[in-house]
Amino acid sequence: MAPALEPMVGRYVQLEIDGVPHRLYFEEAGPKDGGGIPLVCLHTAGADNRQYRHLLADPEVTKRFRVLAFDLPWHGKSTPPDGWERGEYRLTTQSYTAAIRAFCTALELDRPVVMGCSIGGRIVLNLAIAHAAEFRALIALEAADFQQPWYDTAWLHRPDVHGGEVCAALVSGLIAPQSPAASRHETLWMYMQGGPGIFKGDLYFYRVDGDLREKVKTIDTRVCPLYLLTGEYDFSCTPEDTLRTAKQIPGVEVTIMKEVGHFPMSENPAQFRRYILPVLNKIAD
Amino acid sequence: MSPADRFAALPRLLAADTDLLRRGRWLAVECRVDVGSEPFFLSIREGSLAALDRGAKLMRSTAFSFRATDEAWTNFWKPMPDPGWHDLFALTKRGAASMEGDLRPLLQNLQYFKDLLALPRREAN
Repeated sequence: MAPALEPMVGRYVQLEIDGVPHRLYFEEAGPKDGGGIPLVCLHTAGADNRQYRHLLADPEVTKRFRVLAFDLPWHGKSTPPDGWERGEYRLTTQSYTAAIRAFCTALELDRPVVMGCSIGGRIVLNLAIAHAAEFRALIALEAADFQQPWYDTAWLHRPDVHGGEVCAALVSGLIAPQSPAASRHETLWMYMQGGPGIFKGDLYFYRVDGDLREKVKTIDTRVCPLYLLTGEYDFSCTPEDTLRTAKQIPGVEVTIMKEVGHFPMSENPAQFRRYILPVLNKIAD
Repeated sequence: MSPADRFAALPRLLAADTDLLRRGRWLAVECRVDVGSEPFFLSIREGSLAALDRGAKLMRSTAFSFRATDEAWTNFWKPMPDPGWHDLFALTKRGAASMEGDLRPLLQNLQYFKDLLALPRREAN
């Protein structure tokens, strides 16, 4: 019997981010004959590109899009830069933006679509603010210009609390109760596997450095279309947060997704598909 | 049945959940859960409820407490809770619940406590 191979292929790319050598892991899948509109997918804080495995395996998507999902440095199978042991990891607006642009440049992607979730959604807003002309369209999942914190991130990295377990337990409440148990726990498993302090370091961007209030008003959707999609069960980035953000951006398209939480693509791939396919079709047409 | 009456069934509900007992097997703690105006004192040993004492207890010492309104528990324990009522932290964020004290044992066993306090959801009111 032939092996049941999934369509995505994983590779490593060597590149420089802000002059520092990095080795990034990414997976991709696209049209059989090559080509396709590049669609770069950004995972949530403290997780990795496996969150997009269902999108990478969806022929309805990959017949027209070349889907690429990379692990941020320090995440998944992307190693931290040499000397990582001598400092504390902190993601910033600047370093996150630089990583995305370096990946797109290294892969020679022509005006890709970028879709990100949570911190990935927030940074997509920053791409729309600062680099819109480089992209064909931008999709921000579970994104807003700012969100009220709901716990103290100091609990995420300390020797008397298991980092993986507490990260997963905290975010477990952000998954909609309707999401299938297997998908819920696969999503949580990725959180259990994050490196020590990485989720916390990502949230530095989310909580401290990435406040985009006021700045989102400068987004021009005529330069690059922008789509916002948020799950109704996300109490971290609430539908109200997203709608408040959308109100400030003329021309933005906003969707509130039913029976979905903070991790639409991995917690309930079938439900997410109902919402994301029309968006992707609109971009491709 | 009042929310406090539903919570009073916790020993029976936990005893029937061998997976939750397994996950809590390292835990020993005294904690307090308020259901509306009614306090409950939980003595947890190896993940089991050694005691669940209902009502005020003079000078009873606990590591931490979790308090929520009757409205919060009623919504939290719906078979399919509505958005914003479906997680302990959703309740605290909306101001319908609070946690105080030494939160370390809570955070060390967070999924256990989330699942423990959700057990009444399994029984229709």
